[in-house]
Order: sequence, then structure tokens, then C-alpha cells
Amino acid sequence: MAGSDALYGLGLDASKIETMYYYMVLSRALDERMWILNRQGKSAFVISCQGQEGAQVGVAAALDPTVDWVAPYYRDLGVVLYFGMTPRDVMLGQLAKAADPSSGGRQMPAHYGSRAHHILTGSSPVATQVPQAAGIAWAAKLRRQEGVVMTSLGEGSTNQGEFHEGMNFAAVHRLPLIIVVENNGFAISVPQSKEMAITDVAVRAEGYGMPGVVVRGSDLLAVFEATREARKRALEGKGPTLIEIKTHRFTPHSSDDDDRSYRTPEELKAEKKDDAIHLFRQWMIEQQLWDEQRDRRLRQRVKHEVNDATDFAEAALYPDPSTLLAHVYDD
Amino acid sequence: MAVMTYLEAIRETLRQELRRDDRMIIYGEDVGVRGGVFRVTEGLQAEFGEDRVIDSPLAEAAIVGTAIGAAINGLRPVPEIEFADFIFPAINQIVQEAARIRYRSNGDFGVPLVIRAPFGGGVHGALYHSQSVEALFAHVPGLKVVIPGTPYDAKGLLASAIQDEDPVLYFEHKAAYRSLKGEVPDERYLIPIGKADVKRQGKDLSIITYGLMVSYAQRAAETLEKEGISVEIVDLRSVRPLDVEAILETAKKTGKVLIVHEDNLTGGIGGEVSALIAEHALFYLDAPIMRLAGPDVPAMPYSPPLEHAFMVTPDKIAEAARKLAKF
Ligand SMILES: Cc1ncc(C[n+]2csc(CCOP(=O)(O)OP(=O)(O)O)c2C)c(N)n1
Ligand SMILES: [Mg+2]
Repeated sequence: MAGSDALYGLGLDASKIETMYYYMVLSRALDERMWILNRQGKSAFVISCQGQEGAQVGVAAALDPTVDWVAPYYRDLGVVLYFGMTPRDVMLGQLAKAADPSSGGRQMPAHYGSRAHHILTGSSPVATQVPQAAGIAWAAKLRRQEGVVMTSLGEGSTNQGEFHEGMNFAAVHRLPLIIVVENNGFAISVPQSKEMAITDVAVRAEGYGMPGVVVRGSDLLAVFEATREARKRALEGKGPTLIEIKTHRFTPHSSDDDDRSYRTPEELKAEKKDDAIHLFRQWMIEQQLWDEQRDRRLRQRVKHEVNDATDFAEAALYPDPSTLLAHVYDD
Repeated sequence: MAVMTYLEAIRETLRQELRRDDRMIIYGEDVGVRGGVFRVTEGLQAEFGEDRVIDSPLAEAAIVGTAIGAAINGLRPVPEIEFADFIFPAINQIVQEAARIRYRSNGDFGVPLVIRAPFGGGVHGALYHSQSVEALFAHVPGLKVVIPGTPYDAKGLLASAIQDEDPVLYFEHKAAYRSLKGEVPDERYLIPIGKADVKRQGKDLSIITYGLMVSYAQRAAETLEKEGISVEIVDLRSVRPLDVEAILETAKKTGKVLIVHEDNLTGGIGGEVSALIAEHALFYLDAPIMRLAGPDVPAMPYSPPLEHAFMVTPDKIAEAARKLAKF
């Protein structure tokens, strides 16, 4: 695994470091609020980023939202916030309101998308975004556009044919694509050992002729560094990279799941110790980039933003039923 | 005889069939330890072991492809597709392979396979957890497609599907799982695939439907009865093969036909049923055939007002039936 010691040389200044931390904290706080809304009966469905913020923000922070594209999956709250979705945008989607920028309330929460923000619209069937992301990268290459494409998915989803077909296509055409696998060890209830006969998804990359690297999701800087490296390769015309990020799912699969039947509270407790938010804060304090007072201020700000987003989205209108038939075709 | 939910009827049938035939295996995403995302297979792995109730990798093409191979080599696979919406990666295996294998091998190979999948909406499932996909498969000769509308039928149809020598798609409405209850005999029984059932006798008009819509039509019929409109309800139970005789019989009897399904209108089962009636019973009709179906939009939206606007409801059925009765 790549280490994160080499802070200097990563091109990170104190303000970028604070920004990364902010996005992790914001992602977590928004996500926690979604569960509260779910328990209050205000939101029928939640699917979480909790535990994976380090993976998501580490990747996104190494990209350039002005030129790069992302084709994320449903857990990637950290990615889409970094790419410009606001807390209000996210809450509008969570509460299925007409102004939801991803789908006007048509899709389940966490099915993000926005052309303006270079976030590819996503569906529920897993891994479909991989060949699509390769296609975006292909067009970028043929049109000589600046920038790269990042697509992400869970480890379980790498068993789909479309993942493999997309990987192969991207490698054959040396596309500027970064495939990120957020490996949280489970596909709903099925542990990785029953999903595949390998420990590292990253080894799949070799079969397609691209590098595969493994990083720890709780090590924000390592994730950042691996992504920055992959982006550099892509921009140099060297083709795609697979990055596997070992991470954790701190919640049940979704608000419809109950994880007690397939993992023990002890296992979960142990995983929760490996939390990027916590570890990164500690590291920032050690580096004298951060202190308790600033932490409190930041959390205050985040709380305010989450409250504002919630109030805003609760007050927003549902889509009008008459719009049911709109946007089937371009007319 | 016990009162069971639709879901329990399916689970108990799976249990009974697993006990009866040790060639049968169940597998799919989360069906083992977790007992399925809807808990349909709960407890089955504990009873039958990890060799017969198996958590599979997340790969529908492989789930169905391996099931075809296993069926050819002597097992009776009953794989589950977690949601009907996620059957599409397996379409190649189902349509090009399972459906065509008997025909292409001139009868040398057969594929005794049952694919179970929850379908249907009205459960805040949005575009990809609400779909009705039956018409796509009903179009394909070589496949059988069954959709129970009651716990009783769920059992008899599932046992028949498992016993069948050909590939059967068995679609379970997720809104029916816990909302529908009924008496289900303990002993094994078979309901023939391709046989409709008259769920309610009536004389003014016929509602031909299947799945969750059977119970919705029943609710509509009760309302209409109070208004003096007598409704007959024919539950197709199988959408391929269709029970042509039952369809024509009810059309001839009442002379007015309303076909109801949640799947979208165009190219849906309703079109085929109408064509059969138009071909064989036109002169018995007292009114044009009427269809009430999901709208022609790509899938069911999530937001409550949009979901409600999409769904066929007992009220919408009653409204359509009133219009038809007045004709
Ligand atoms: C094609 C398809 N099959 C099944 C599902 C149902 N499903 C949703 S998420 C999921 C597990 C995904 O696991 P993984 O890829 O590891 O991602 P994670 O949720 O763990 O982040 C499954 C089986 C789906 N969405 N798409
Ligand atoms: Mg996973």
C-alpha cells in the first residue's frame, strides 16, 4: 500500500487540507441527517457514504472539477459535494423535490447527476457506469479535450460483465479513465470472500493491461496521492488505472437493510476505529494545522449548512403530477 | 390449512419443494445468510445448508448462465434475481439461451429452470426497483411467465414452475408480499401454468388482469357492486402461455372487457389479450375493449406525487370500469 507521509510534494497547502477535511465532515453530517429524516418518516430511503468519506474526498480532491468528469455510484456523496452539488441540492434529492438537480425527484436519493457539474447521471443497476465513463473518456480523447474521467463502484459490482468490458475497452484505447473500487467488504450481506476468490480487486487490472493499486480509505492523503498519480498517467496518454480503496460501510446497506444478521457489532465497532475523518483530524492536529477550537467552528458551520439544507428542502415543492410524462423524448 | 401472506406462501413452497426434491437448489444475491432482501428465503439456508441455498456473486448473467448449465446437468435450479429491474444483465442468457435451447437442439436439451424475481411498484422503489418486465419475456416463445395474484396461487404456481421441464419466470409483486393474506393448504398442490382463474363472477363487465392488480380489481369490484355494477374478474395467472379459452369466455359472457396491468400500456399484455378478443369474440362485444395500464414512461418515478400518478389504483380501476359499464 502506498503511504501518505510524503505530504510535501503532493501539492497540498493548508487551505486545501482544510477543504478536504470540511468535505468529509459535511458528507458525514448530511448523511446522518438523512437517517434522521428517514426515521421521522420524511424520507423513504437512505443509502450512506458513512465510512467511505476518505475514499471519496481523497479521490475527488485529486481531480479538477472544471475539466474532469465523474461517473460516481450511490455512496459517493463526498465526490458529488466536491464536484459542486450543494447541501441544498443533496437534500432536495433526498426529499424527492421538484428542484432536485439530479432527477427532479424522479430517482431514488443518492442517484446523482448534473451536466453542469460534470457528474454523469447514474442508475441503480450496478456497474453500468463503467463502460459509459470509458465512453466519456473516449470522446474526450478523440475531441482532444483536457481532463480525465473517474468512475467508481463497489467491490461486489466488479463481478458484473460491464465492469470487465469497460475496463478492457478503456485499456485497449488507452483512455484517460480512473476506475475507483470502494471496497467495503460487503455487497449488501455477502462478504467479499463469497463475492470473489481474490483478496485485492486491484489484481483484476493486470488482466486488462492497466495498473491496479491498493490504498487504505482511511488514509486520505494516500488516496489523494494514488488518484493524482493515476490522473497524471491518464493526462500523459498512458491510459487507465484501477484504484482499489479498502474502506468500510459504517451503516447497514441502506435504510431497508438490517445488518445484524450478517455481521457482529464487534466487527463493526472495530471497523469504526478506522475512520478517515477521525484519523485525518488527528493528523492535522499533529501537523499543527488544526486545533479543537477550529474544529468546533467548522462543525458549527457544517451544522448550520445541514440545517439550512434540510429546512430549504422540506419547504420545497414536490414535482407536479402533470410532469409525469415529460422528458421521455426530446420534445 | 393456514392463513399466510403471499410472501410466506412462496417461502413455504420453496421449503416444501427443497424437502421433496434434493436436486433443487436456490441461489442469488443475499438469499442465504440474509434470507433475501425481502426475507423470502429466510431460514432456508439454515435448514438446507450452504450447498443448496447459496449466496452468489453480484452478477445476473452468471446467475442465469450457471443455472442453465446446472439444469442441463441434472439439478433443478431456482435462482432469484434480487429485483426484476436487475434481470437485464441476464437477458442474453434467458432469451437467447434458456428460451431457445430446446428448439435449437431439436429437443435434445431442455432447461428446467425457475427464475424468481420481485417486481412492481408503489413501494417508493423509484425507476429501478419498481419495474414490471413481464411483457418483454412474454414475447419470447420458449419461456413461460407466471405471476400469482394470491397466496394460494403463489404456492400452486410455484410448485408447477419447479416441476416444469422448461424455463419459467416467476414474478412476485413486492407490494403483495405482506399485504396479501389468504388460506393456503399445507399439502402440495399444482396449479397448471397457462390456466386463468375467475376470481369473481359478474355479468356487466369483465376485468382481465394479473398480479397485484387482481386484489386492486377486487376492491374496485366491491365499490362498484354497491353502485349496482356487477364485475367479473379473470386472473390470468400466466401471461405466457395465455389462457385463450378463459379470456374469450368472459368476453363473450359480459360483452365488455377492461384489461388492467401496471406494466406500461404499449406492447403490454393488454395488447395481446385485446387482439385475441378482437379476433375471436368481436361480435359478442357491446363496447370497445378498454385498457388501463401504467403510462408509457420509461419507469416509475420516486417522488410520491409522480409515483401515485403512475400507479394503477383501485380508484382508477373503478373509474375506468364505470365508464365502460355506462357505454
Ligand atoms: C445489476 C444489479 N443487481 C443487483 C442490484 C442490487 N444491489 C444494489 S447494491 C448491491 C450490492 C453492491 O455491493 P458493492 O458493489 O460492494 O457496493 P456497496 O453497496 O457495498 O458499496 C446490490 C446487490 C443492483 N443494484 N444492480
Ligand atoms: Mg461493497
